[in-house]
Amino acid sequence: MSYLPHTDADRAAMLASVGVKGIEDLFADVPARVRFPKLDLPGPLSELEVMQELTELAESNASAGQFACFLGAGAYNHFSPSIVNHTILRGEFLTGYTPYQPEVSQGTLQTIYEYQSMICALTGMEVSNASHYDGATSLAEAVIMAVSHFKDTRRKVVVSPAVHPQYRAVIRTYVQGMGLTVTGDEEPDTDIADLTKMLDGDTAIFIVQSPNFFGQIEDPAGLAHTVHSAGNDALLCVMCDPISLGILKPPGQYGADIVVGEGQSLGIPLSYGGPYLGFFATRKSLVRQMAGRLVGEAHDAQGRRGFVLTLATREQHIKRERATSNICTNSGLVAIAATVYLATMGKNGMRKVAELCYHKSHYAAQEIAKLAGYRVRTDKPFFKEFAVQCPIPVAEINAHLFDEHGIIGGYDLGQDYAHLDGHMLLAVTEMNTREEIDGLVAALGELSGD
Amino acid sequence: MTEPLIYDFTSPGRCGVTLPEPDVPLAEGLPSDLLRDADALDLPEVSQLDVVRHYLRLSQMNYAIDKGLYPLGSCTMKYNPRLNEDTARLPGFAGSHPLQDPNTVQGNLALMYELQDWLKEIGGFAGVSLQPAAGAHGEFTGILMMRAYHLDRGDTKRTKILIPNSAHGTNPASTTMSGLKVVELPSDARGNIDLEALRQACDDTVVGLMITNPNTLGLFEEHIEQVVKLVHDCGGLVYGDGANMNAMVGIARPGDLGFDVMHYNLHKTFSTPHGGGGPGSGPVGVSARLVDFLPDPVVDIVEEGRDDEPPLYGFVKPRKTIGRMKAFQGQFGMHVRAYTYMRVHGASGLRANSEMAVLNANYLLSKIRHAYHLPYDRVCKHEFVVEGHWADSTVHALDISKRLMDYNFHPPTNYFPLIVKEALMIEPTETESKETLDAFADALLQIADEAHRDPEVLKSAPHSAPISRLDEVSAARQLVLCCRPIPEWAES
Repeated sequence: MSYLPHTDADRAAMLASVGVKGIEDLFADVPARVRFPKLDLPGPLSELEVMQELTELAESNASAGQFACFLGAGAYNHFSPSIVNHTILRGEFLTGYTPYQPEVSQGTLQTIYEYQSMICALTGMEVSNASHYDGATSLAEAVIMAVSHFKDTRRKVVVSPAVHPQYRAVIRTYVQGMGLTVTGDEEPDTDIADLTKMLDGDTAIFIVQSPNFFGQIEDPAGLAHTVHSAGNDALLCVMCDPISLGILKPPGQYGADIVVGEGQSLGIPLSYGGPYLGFFATRKSLVRQMAGRLVGEAHDAQGRRGFVLTLATREQHIKRERATSNICTNSGLVAIAATVYLATMGKNGMRKVAELCYHKSHYAAQEIAKLAGYRVRTDKPFFKEFAVQCPIPVAEINAHLFDEHGIIGGYDLGQDYAHLDGHMLLAVTEMNTREEIDGLVAALGELSGD
Repeated sequence: MTEPLIYDFTSPGRCGVTLPEPDVPLAEGLPSDLLRDADALDLPEVSQLDVVRHYLRLSQMNYAIDKGLYPLGSCTMKYNPRLNEDTARLPGFAGSHPLQDPNTVQGNLALMYELQDWLKEIGGFAGVSLQPAAGAHGEFTGILMMRAYHLDRGDTKRTKILIPNSAHGTNPASTTMSGLKVVELPSDARGNIDLEALRQACDDTVVGLMITNPNTLGLFEEHIEQVVKLVHDCGGLVYGDGANMNAMVGIARPGDLGFDVMHYNLHKTFSTPHGGGGPGSGPVGVSARLVDFLPDPVVDIVEEGRDDEPPLYGFVKPRKTIGRMKAFQGQFGMHVRAYTYMRVHGASGLRANSEMAVLNANYLLSKIRHAYHLPYDRVCKHEFVVEGHWADSTVHALDISKRLMDYNFHPPTNYFPLIVKEALMIEPTETESKETLDAFADALLQIADEAHRDPEVLKSAPHSAPISRLDEVSAARQLVLCCRPIPEWAES
């Protein structure tokens, strides 16, 4: 199968116009030693056969559509209104490029402007960029932004151990050439109060996640004051789940300087980990240190409102080695999907979905807590995820849930936190019916360890 | 015509979707100091049909490949097959969770393993990571691996990356993020890297060279074997920017030329859509000496299959990995699309695509070369660069670009590469027909004529777009980045 439109006659006429005999002549400057290698790839197939092959591969997976899913840990099974997918399949959104030519890109530009506005509204911040690859890379860019805000005079990054382990790993990968110290998460159970004791005049950024990796809501009271207090005045970065902001106080309101997170919850399919959406919001006073594209309002000579990419002088295609980041391609279409999701859900839908997650997860926690051998961690309030201490190894529980009950179980916290060996992290969203939750509880009850 | 903002349609109490009522007993509420003021969530309140119409009208204000030729140089705006969109949305792919037990997602892992293998084969590499999320992310990954390779050998003197002055801006920016210094190399009169300058720059402080081949002028590096040898001889490594790989699939393998790392842009060469600026996907291929440094994790066979049994796939951590570049496994949805595209074409189809991309570019050039100045006059690869101005006219490349919109074409890339004055960088791609190229050439020729006869018509262009030229300087000065009132707590 081929998408090439050329007939033999076209090819002959084109070669004649160029003035060469054959297509091979266009590659005379390629060293003969390596020219035209024989590639060992499977043969071409028709569209029909490709669809059959891919369907077979896809059907060999278990997926959240087919199983009750209680797995979260940074990627969540949420509802997405049909209109979200239909909108991003519009060829005008799907097959356009970065809107560098505003006169013929107003659709993408205005939609991203609306995205930025809605992210500001959700997080309680003044500005949002047009997106990063995912939550983890958004967080890593926050670190770089903080260091450049302090003009490289501060070299310390303090991060809570209750921040997603993979996100902390990405920060460390990103800064390995910059000679920064990333600290705070050496002991897996350091709480925020202890963490603030590590603040000093060398600290550029202080990072917490709320709800944290264990689903718990960190106490925001006084946190910004401590981080900003004299002698420290570091930037406070809060990473959060956007769904939780349907009911929780936005980080902007309790003094965050940077708010980042994973936007996958906003109507984006799980898709085995990507493409997702890193959102990034900050104060207007920090906008020139921010990475990524930004859409701003502009006017034409007739005074008509339009939108353009702005402050490009921060970006790599203008500033090259002095840019705030190397980012070019971001998550444009995913941001458009999130915009349509937020518009459709709106003020009332976002509150309602957050409430559903809250009540269903609390129901699940309460029922599991009644089971012999299980203990739900309740030292802090939680939103839609919670940790459960289990009577037998988590891997065994998950195998039982999957094999016997068709349930995708929780995340094994012992993989990342030695002191939480035998703990499972369960996520409950609006997608989980009471019947599914009762099924999970009953299945767990079969494994009380007695 | 101006489209209102989605917020302008708000009517308090409206909602675009109905959610189910709770089917569980309600839990006790959270402490009030953790909660948002119930009325303070400033999102639109609109009907579903408001949403549909608003975003449909906005979409109609975009140009896109689906509307016509989109000849942006170095962006490879080829047809994005809808088959790719359907395969990526198969429920078994789209509904699988990234942290599921590998035993329950063998279909995903098999697909990723095959894709890694095919990318190795196409590039002539020993290993591939699918993790990077975009081309620039792949560059950053590659430079971190090159840095780690030298450090691992105890070679701590190396701090410089050599980059030709024709390179994409991401190359120097990725270098800075890796904590390394950029040394810019000049180009010679034929658009190649200046060999003498390269020879002088090659010493024991060089981490490596970043090279785009064909380069951003659309020209194959004529001394590529000498370039690679000079860099390797001083102990450096060679990084290939794969942005222009659409000219090379089945033509030459960068690994065979001695490249040590290269990123692929799946959203360019392998047709996954650009989506108005992403998401992309930027896998990296590496030579044998860098395999141990690949990002964590890669997909491998963890248990060989027997007889009719398929092998068991799983994740492994490379021995000296630079670490994780993003959460989870990479842009899996893009992997499915690229896999689909490769499966459709096979080796012969992929090579034919590169050949026709190059013939299309050369054909288009042959039609307009008498009317536009061509600073480097050689057989081009998949793209070429002409100057967008004339000594006897006052128009600029930007004016030509804006005027093309009136002829219903998207403009080419302008003002890049920086080494060409008033550059117009044109990449037609292989999926455009001869008729489309003829129509585009005619438009360019008419515009060249207008530039001399009636320059004002170019300078005031576009005349037919939804909006005319916007005042970008004022937009950057009086930043309006959000349409909502600033919350009072932010003002302190």
